[in-house]
Formats: sequence, structure tokens, C-alpha cells
Amino acid sequence: MTTTLSPPTPEADERVARVGLLRRLVLRPEIGSLIGAVILFVLFAVSSTQFYSLAGISNWLDPASLFGIMAVAVAMLMIGGHFDLSAGVLTGTAGLATAVMTTQWGLNIWAALLVSLVLCLGIGFVNGYLVTRTGLPSFIITLATFLMLQGLNLAVTKLITGTVSVGGMAQVPFYDTVRPLFASRINVFGVDFKIQILWWVLVVAIGAWVLAKTRFGNWTFAVGGDPVASRNIGVPAARTTITLFMAVGACAWLVGTLKLMEQTSVQTNQGFGEELIYIVAAVIGGCLLTGGYGSVIGAAIGALIFGMTSQGIVYAGLDSDWFKFFLGAMLLLAVLANQYVRRYAERSGK
Amino acid sequence: MTTATAAPLLEIRGVSKVFGSVIALQDISTTVGAAAVTCVLGDNGAGKSTLIKIFAGVHRHDGGDFLLEGEQVSFSSPREALDAGIATVYQDLAVVKLMPVWRNFFLGSEMRKGRGPIARLDTDAMRKIAKAELLAMGIDLRDIDQPIGTLSGGERQCVAIARAVYFGAKVLILDEPTAALGVKQAGVVLKYVIQARERGLGVIFITHNPHHAYPVGDRFMLLKRGRSLGDFAKSEITREELTGLMAGGAELEALSHELQQGGGAAAEAAQQIEAEAHDLAIPSGVAAGTPPKA
Repeated sequence: MTTTLSPPTPEADERVARVGLLRRLVLRPEIGSLIGAVILFVLFAVSSTQFYSLAGISNWLDPASLFGIMAVAVAMLMIGGHFDLSAGVLTGTAGLATAVMTTQWGLNIWAALLVSLVLCLGIGFVNGYLVTRTGLPSFIITLATFLMLQGLNLAVTKLITGTVSVGGMAQVPFYDTVRPLFASRINVFGVDFKIQILWWVLVVAIGAWVLAKTRFGNWTFAVGGDPVASRNIGVPAARTTITLFMAVGACAWLVGTLKLMEQTSVQTNQGFGEELIYIVAAVIGGCLLTGGYGSVIGAAIGALIFGMTSQGIVYAGLDSDWFKFFLGAMLLLAVLANQYVRRYAERSGK
Repeated sequence: MTTATAAPLLEIRGVSKVFGSVIALQDISTTVGAAAVTCVLGDNGAGKSTLIKIFAGVHRHDGGDFLLEGEQVSFSSPREALDAGIATVYQDLAVVKLMPVWRNFFLGSEMRKGRGPIARLDTDAMRKIAKAELLAMGIDLRDIDQPIGTLSGGERQCVAIARAVYFGAKVLILDEPTAALGVKQAGVVLKYVIQARERGLGVIFITHNPHHAYPVGDRFMLLKRGRSLGDFAKSEITREELTGLMAGGAELEALSHELQQGGGAAAEAAQQIEAEAHDLAIPSGVAAGTPPKA
């Protein structure tokens, strides 16, 4: 899977030499997003020195990391051939569940975290089970769970607390034992970086390793590329799909927890609308909408592009109202670039 | 080569399959010996696909006996059939086009190193074995990392066969492996069918082309509309009889009359068809498609 610069070894097939380094590089799904990220970085850095200062970097890594964690799980699910529209509001469900159980019901904070993790995994399981069992498009199934969760987040929270937000996490017993893990800062040359960035790096590393080096990763590509063929050859397709949905649930729990512990409160509309941004990040990172192809590193870079743009616009002195327009334009560019790259790869592939 | 040993590798006796009110298969019997090729011939809709899906564990048979090495079996999943040594190469080849050749070769049976949570794919070994196994089958790939979708249809077929052979299949089922191929490519695939037989596998070769079946087959079972037209050893049937049974001589004649009325080029074709139907010299009762008396 690695691209080496060294000339072909003597025992290598002489016909392989024709495949140039450029084509090898261009065939990597994440190459388009990497080039895009570099160009964006240079553009923003030219327009504002603050952008590439340590404080500036910390600033745009902050949103990039939260979106990035979700983008990894969503990208894996997309490689496996499915969407999860409920991923955004599920981060809200995770935070709300933990907050309600601790502040309202007095449950131990660690126990509450465990229960809400099980809840998120369970919702992921239900999504995956319904998709594999009914054979309906995951788009429809998760659109339904998205709406139901959105309603539940609001209705149940109001029923229990009477308001649309739950706060007071800082007063919960043992909050200080949880905080270092989810809401601490790491000081680098006098600038604080949030610990969620490390979580992001960890999730990306695990995701990339699983996809490239494990049997489950192989199955993910196979199930997304051709579900019938992979089932016929003996791949446990349903189990793979359900596990991918549960991974989205686990990441949603992580992001919900990171936000809750950082802000010590949670709104009922948290995560609403973010599900599309995860998909945007995955697509910018080279994931095919049809499944079977993509990269979590690309998705992470897609999230980085999102973070850089959201903060870079402000640093560049532009009205942040333009942000969504830029994001849409970049998505379009990314999709066109990916399509061009794939055609180029196919043409010279013979 | 005879297949009439004490316990053939695989045997079906009077197998039937019903989907709702549709009788897809009725009273089908044949045997597959080790190091022998049994050809299942039939036109579209004859029930070939249903039959192989029973062998492959996709469907369960409703009636009759399904014996593997003399023991009654009934598979509930393709995995079970695979574990029992029955490997199926489907028309779509069960390959994932975007994945590299070696990943496809080992898909579902990946080699791993390490234990527990750090068990990971042994990518080097898998690349090496896939390359060597394909070479042994006579396919010299430019790059084992290339997506399998970039191979030709014949090459893909061979990867699928090599994969089944490598994973210790005892019975290899080939679903119309030559259907979508040109003359030369089809010849290459037939070569691999013979190679698989020489390695001691029992091969079930499904086709609608008697010219592909006859040279490699040891046994021929003909299907028509879910019923068996007969199960013959090679010594019991000639190529011409087989072709005649397959084509249905009477149907050919009917077609010839139809074309003759069109005149011109159609009439010319009609004459050829008629000549062919006469050459086949087959008993008209069988050719017309009436099933033989049980």
C-alpha cells in the first residue's frame, strides 16, 4: 500500500515500471483533499499571519477535530456502502443522556458515560440491523432515526428538565476525574491545545489501520464495493454493516462527551445539521458515494479543510456569512477532481 | 473416466425446489465424481441457476436427497457449503472490482498474523501466494495490486477458479464461465476447467453451449423447464446428440419455417438451420421437449 520512490527491484515485473509515481500518487483517494488543504492553507496564510500562528492553528484545529472524529466513522460507513443521517443528532443524544442521568438523576458520572455509550451503540445497532434486514436504502432508514432522535432529544429533555438545555455538569460529583480525559488542555509553546485534537489523531490512526490492515477493513471495502459478491464469497456482510453503524454510534458518543465536558452544558438541538458536514468531509476526502472506495485520512483532511475555512474566513477579514458558500464550492470542486482523477486512473490502467 | 464409484463426491437424487407456486426444479438426479467434470446444460430459465444455488447453500432443496461423499447434507448458508468444500464461481465471479487482485483472491479467507486485538492482515504473504497461485494456473499478472476490474473477463474467471482451488475446494461449481467470453478467452477458461479436474476436483460446469461442454465433460445432465432431459456418461452420448438435445431439433425446424416466410437473407439462414436440424438426427419426441418417462 506504500508508494516508494526507489527504482523497481530486479525481481519486479518489468511491466510494472510503466506505472509512474504520479499515477500511483494520483490513485490514492486522499490526494485531492491533500492538495486542496495545502492550497487553502497557503491562501489563508497569505491573507493573515494570525492564521498560521500557534494560537491560530489551535483555533481551527478545534472545530476540525470534532468534525474529524465523526468524519472518520462516517467515511468508513460510506466505504461500506451506507449513509448515516442520524450521526449528527446522535452526538446530541449522547451528551443529553449523560447530562440528564448525572444532573437530574444523580447517577455516577462514569456509570452515566457507560450507559450513554451503550445507548449510542444500541442506536447504531438498530440502524444497521434495520438496513441489513430490510434491504432498504440506509438514507431512508437513518432519515427516520434522525427525525425520531431529533424529536426525542427535545421532547424527553423538556419532559425531564422543563427547558431546552441541560447544564451544571461542573457541579456533578467526580466531574474533575472525567475532565482531564475529555476537556483538558495541552500547552505547546505557551499556546493551549484542546485534548480533543489527540482524540481525533487517535481515531484517525485506528480507522486507517483497521481499513488497511485488518480483516474487518477488507470486508468493509468488499461489502461497499459489491454486497452480493462479498456475501457469496463468505464475507459476513450483515455483521460488517452493523458494526460500521455501531462505530458511528461510538464516535458520536465520543464527540457528544467531548462537547459536554468542555462546555459543561448541552442544548437539545446539538449536532442538528452536522450530519451533512461529516458526509461532505468524507466526500472531499475521496469517498465514493456508491461505496467501496475512500480513505479515513482523506476524511480527516476534509474535516481539516472545514476547520481551516470556518476560521480562515474570519482571519482573512471576510464576513463569515460566506462560509457555507465556500464549503459548497469546495465540495463541488472535490467531487469534480475525484471524478477526473478516477477517469485518468482508469484510462491509463490498461 | 467413470464416475460410477461406490460413493461419488457429490450426488443428488430426485431433488426438487419450489418457490411459492413455481416449480423451479423437479426430480433432478446426477453425480459428480472426483477428478471428473459434470456438465449441466440447459437454456435460459431451465433451472440451472436454482440447481447451483442448492449446491452452493444459497437455497435449500425441498425434496430428494443431496449427498456429499455419501452423507446427507443441507446447507443453510454459502459459508457452510464453502466449509464443506463446495466452492462456487458465479457468473458475476463474486469479485469486488475496485479491490486489488490479491485482496479479492483472499476475500473472506484472509491470512492474518498476530493475535487478539492486533491480529492484522499478512499482506506480504497474501500478495506472494496470490501471485504464485495465479502463475501456476498460467496467468502472469502485471501487478497483483491492480484492481480486479481492470482484468479481462477470462482472467477474472481464472482468478476465481484459482482462488477456489487454493482454498481446498473438493467440488468446484462454475456458473456459465464461458457465456460472456470470446472464442479465444473461452478456450482459455476450458483449459482451466481441465486443470482443476487434473488436480482431483469434481467440477460442475454449467453452460448452455454443448460445444464448450462436450470436450471437457465426463458426464452431461440436461435441464429443460425445471426437469431433467437425461443424465448421460460421455460414452452414452455423442456430441451431435448432445447438441440436438440442447437445441431441440423440432424447435429449430419451426424457427426455419418462420424465417423462410421472411424471404431474402432470412430464408438463407432458414435453410442453414434446417440443414443443421436434419444433421442432428435426434428423436423428435425428446427434441420437442417432452420429458422422458420416469
